[in-house]
Amino acid sequence: MTENILEIRDLVKHYPVTRGVVFKKTIGQVKAVDGVSFELKAGETLGLVGESGCGKSTLARVLMNLEKPTAGSVVYKGQDISRLTGAALRRLRRQIQLVMQDPYTSLNPRMTVGDLIGEPFEIHPEVAPKGSRQGKVKELLDLVGLNPEHINRYPHQFSGGQRQRIGIARALALRPEIIVCDEPVSALDVSIQAQVMNLLEKLQNEFGLSYVFIAHDLSVVRHLSDRVAVMYLGKIVEIGTEDEIYERPTHPYTQALLSAVPVPDPTLRSSKAIIRLTGDVPSPISPPSGCRFRTRCWKAQDVCAEQVPALEIRDGSDHPSACHFAEKREIVATHEA
Amino acid sequence: MEFRTRDGVAKVINGVTYHVDAGETLAVLGESGSGKSVTAQTVMGILDTPPGFVTGGQVRFHGKDMLTMSDEERRRIRGEGIAMIFQDALSALNPVFTVGFQIAEQFRVRRGMGRAEAKKRAIEMLDQVKIPNAKSRFSQYPHQFSGGMRQRAMIAMSLALDPEVLIADEPTTALDVTVQAQIMDLLAELQRERQMGLILITHDLGVVADVADRIAVMYAGRIVEEADVYELYAKPAHPYTIGLLESIPRLDEKGQELRTIKGLPPNLMNIPPGCPFNPRCPMAQPVCREKIPPLLQVAPGRASACHFAEELVSRD
Repeated sequence: MTENILEIRDLVKHYPVTRGVVFKKTIGQVKAVDGVSFELKAGETLGLVGESGCGKSTLARVLMNLEKPTAGSVVYKGQDISRLTGAALRRLRRQIQLVMQDPYTSLNPRMTVGDLIGEPFEIHPEVAPKGSRQGKVKELLDLVGLNPEHINRYPHQFSGGQRQRIGIARALALRPEIIVCDEPVSALDVSIQAQVMNLLEKLQNEFGLSYVFIAHDLSVVRHLSDRVAVMYLGKIVEIGTEDEIYERPTHPYTQALLSAVPVPDPTLRSSKAIIRLTGDVPSPISPPSGCRFRTRCWKAQDVCAEQVPALEIRDGSDHPSACHFAEKREIVATHEA
Repeated sequence: MEFRTRDGVAKVINGVTYHVDAGETLAVLGESGSGKSVTAQTVMGILDTPPGFVTGGQVRFHGKDMLTMSDEERRRIRGEGIAMIFQDALSALNPVFTVGFQIAEQFRVRRGMGRAEAKKRAIEMLDQVKIPNAKSRFSQYPHQFSGGMRQRAMIAMSLALDPEVLIADEPTTALDVTVQAQIMDLLAELQRERQMGLILITHDLGVVADVADRIAVMYAGRIVEEADVYELYAKPAHPYTIGLLESIPRLDEKGQELRTIKGLPPNLMNIPPGCPFNPRCPMAQPVCREKIPPLLQVAPGRASACHFAEELVSRD
């Protein structure tokens, strides 16, 4: 449980903004991910939360090696995977798999479920020799709670929740150690969402998987995660155990985010103080100087514009937070209280 | 209400009755395909026929049935009597006209104002929904607005003619939580000021708990439960509502395994006989497969469409 299976160090991903067709000029950089470090331990779930545009999905793409990082490294068991190529990269890909958000567009409509789930075996024939593939696919279907007899059906014959199960079965096919889940339940209805979340937990216990679980829904993340990282404009602003983030948040952004989540209990209406943030998230092309949250922060001082606050443990707190004025604040009204 | 399609007839709404009073917030809660949006679109009269056909029922506004009145009369109610805002503001706004023009247009067409006066009123509306720099925003196009700002612009547009009832169809589903909180606040404030009836259509049990006065829960084109918000969360009187409340992960609790509702919502072209929820219901008895339970009052101010509603209400 203590071994780091994945280490991300100072990861940066910038996308150039260009002007002109023939004489292309780079006029700026979209700083999608800008210096992110964390580690993932074997068998744990790391939740990654943040609003749209904060760089969560870009981070997932870099972790999967679908994008090369601008700087920094992604180290899997001592190997920097962003530098790998060819056969070594292919071997590694078996170990890290991705479950995508949209079960409607991530499955090829012209392929049957059997072909979709069996396709990883074509690329990695050593996992399942040709003769045994059909059996393996049926096993996988059964594992994720689908009827193995539906192996010849097409994606459109399944509902959203079932399609997400197909996506999970496909990710599991090569028996990976790490699964990156990019908003796996946000497109699903509540009753279906609960089924898929339970499935993810069951699979983790069964196979000892490590998850990087990306979502914007803070309740979902709390339910599944051991540790949680909160992102804002390409940076991690606070990271800690599920308890530390939800019960003792110290970064103003985390506090605002948590206070804004509607709790399904009308009796808490009056006891809940929502921290109102004004305005929108600034553009990642020209983020504010110093602390990126300062333009929306009620605590902002001059120092916030001048110095970038480091992600570190400060006095009176037990986990790293990137705020000059980090302090505890009661946000989530628990039932015991 | 049914949709006649090539593949068969989808019975989308099967006898839905609800009402909203002035100044009240009614939340219509349901999952995708439960018919909550189609009901609202029928009220507005914005469904295409074909494929949509209203096969029975009434929509009464101040006692007058809107389904039998002339198009002319109905058009007059739209905007001034009942207005609607949608989930996706980007596709609800016309991309080739400025936001200001689209708001001012209503004052010119419906109120006969001149260009300058309409512009003045439109800027006032933008101000009311707290869009900063309303004057310069007036001449911008929808794509120049952020998601939250677009939703505000749409609210400004729908409130321009001072409607008595506002139907909000998943107004914050596409937005981030911090922006969602801003928009829900704005809606609540405007509703208070104008004593407007608000019909909030949503699938989010959290948002509902924060703002609703009354809740109607829909399943497979029927209302299965209707109750005051406090009573519904404290003691749901329909197995579907119970299942829904148990299956949401909560921010304030770290639970173990989530309770789920087994199975899938029914295909609307082939709704199971009896109670539409019976194949997924943990309490189902033979009677549930034979008789459709009517929506009956189980306690003052609350109704449930379950054969065993009385037991559910009287249990501790």
